[in-house]
Amino acid sequence: MPRFVRHLLLILLPVVVIFAILPGIYSNHLLLFNFIIFMTLAQGINVIYGFTGYLPFGYVGFFGAGAYGFSLMALHLHTPPLVALPVGAAAAVALALLLTPLFRLAGAYFSIANLAAALALLQVVSNPNLENITKGPYGISLSGVFNPTLSYATALAILALTLGLVIYLRNSHFGMALKAIREDPISAGMAGINVVRERIIAWLLSALIAGFAGGVFAWNVSVFYPETVFNVEFTIFAIVFALFGGNATVTGPILGVVILYGIYNAVGISTPQYFQLLYGLLIMGLVLFLPNGLVSLLQRWGIDVP
Amino acid sequence: MFTYSLMAGVLFGLYFTLIGLGLNLVFGVMRIVNLAHGDFLMLGAFLAFWLFTLFAVNPVPAVAIAFVAFVIVGLPLYYLLVPRLLRAKDPEMLSFILFFGLSQVIEAVTTIAFGTSERSIPGDQLGRAIAAVAGVFVGHKVETGPVELLGQTFPAAWVASGIVSGFAVLLVYLYLYRTRLGYLTRAVMDNRDEAIATGIDVHRISAVAFGIGLGLAAAAGVFAPFMLGSITPAMGAEVTVTSFAVIVIGSLGNPLGTVLGGVIYGISYMFMQSYYSSWANLLPYVLLIAILLVRPSGLLGRRVRRA
Repeated sequence: MPRFVRHLLLILLPVVVIFAILPGIYSNHLLLFNFIIFMTLAQGINVIYGFTGYLPFGYVGFFGAGAYGFSLMALHLHTPPLVALPVGAAAAVALALLLTPLFRLAGAYFSIANLAAALALLQVVSNPNLENITKGPYGISLSGVFNPTLSYATALAILALTLGLVIYLRNSHFGMALKAIREDPISAGMAGINVVRERIIAWLLSALIAGFAGGVFAWNVSVFYPETVFNVEFTIFAIVFALFGGNATVTGPILGVVILYGIYNAVGISTPQYFQLLYGLLIMGLVLFLPNGLVSLLQRWGIDVP
Repeated sequence: MFTYSLMAGVLFGLYFTLIGLGLNLVFGVMRIVNLAHGDFLMLGAFLAFWLFTLFAVNPVPAVAIAFVAFVIVGLPLYYLLVPRLLRAKDPEMLSFILFFGLSQVIEAVTTIAFGTSERSIPGDQLGRAIAAVAGVFVGHKVETGPVELLGQTFPAAWVASGIVSGFAVLLVYLYLYRTRLGYLTRAVMDNRDEAIATGIDVHRISAVAFGIGLGLAAAAGVFAPFMLGSITPAMGAEVTVTSFAVIVIGSLGNPLGTVLGGVIYGISYMFMQSYYSSWANLLPYVLLIAILLVRPSGLLGRRVRRA
């Protein structure tokens, strides 16, 4: 059996089945939905940071663009949600295309400029002058299309597609080329890889994932403010989850979300400051002592982690 | 209106320079991004608040106290965190995450200790400091109140913050360009590997730079209640973003660029406030992206780093 198919069966299938069954057993559907969203976002970060080494600190901008693209279609043109969703994702991809010049910047410059772009978009969307279009800072209410069951299923489908994409990257020439670019762009170029094109494809794919996640998030919660969907914590949580598990693997980010987001929901809601303290210490310890994530423990013993 | 905005912009610009300077020093010397910079500023603000509330210390001397206190905090913190971080494969990116963790810890501890209520220092305190200094020069007692500069009236707090910030920036310049330690610091900024090869104790230099970076943040924090609004444990994140805008405009790793960045930022901020106030919040971000796209390494950047 090829590795690609084996990974689909061993990783993607169990995750999807578990999340399909859980709503019948566990009653907090919103929490399960958030798990799906964060798994999707962590994998989206994985596509761009894990495979290309560019850390998009403004990743939430694509999430917000997706949410607003979806909502404005549903609000003004009354399109059905399943049609509005691709439009939201397209908005995120359009934003990513607009931001491609940022790839001229290296390292920290890229991350900061990307963050600035996301915050700029937040300022535009939440500006009271645009109240007629975006509802400004007063938030969006989509009670007309509210449908928790269908949006949950859609979110799960998006997660499945995302996982499929990451499994493909992990087992394909394309993914290998991206990792080569990450390690040494000049050598990769000499080996015949079109550095600029491959990098931008990864960037657009990553934005597409966040756009879909944002759209389906808007659909599921259906009432939200600009600060909700442009909250930088989405970026940071997704980065930390992906990093904690292990970048450039399929299982790492899944593991990271299950463990860390699990802890967050166990401690974080009741005593936020103590959780924040614990979380900060955990992140620092992670970077200092385990910079390649949990899966690197296994990799150190020579086990190939998918 | 025009002159007023321009001058207020310069005063704010000097203050923004002070905010960004420490962050830039740390990046320039260690090539790491201190995402907790704004939180050290917040701690400096709290220090000034308690010094004033408990011992009635005027904010101006509190600047020196905050600076020294946080240099002392910075030295051990450097040895605790940075050498280990620099051994990793991609320290520049990992530093984002490490210092994000640190910022969470600081914010959480401050919240646990002081709660989330907003605090401030009476605005006339800085006016008194100015009046006292002016009184020494003029030779008689001077009234406290708004300060008049070139026919324009400004709150005394703005003028005092601007002047003290300018003075602090001058001291950093003298340190970097007129002392032996500063000379070595610039050598490390220029080329870390060659500095090691020359026999410079890079860790000692970096530790001092790290301490000074935190000290400058804390010193800037003393004026935060007057320039940025009231003090809360959560104020750090926004300050960090502002200081990034300032130092990236000037160019990362170049302390003189920060002065340029700060003043440009301050002036454009004030003009936006005066003429297009509803869109003023958009400014730092747009300015940042626009300048980066035209000059990928900031206004005073010397070369484009690897593609």
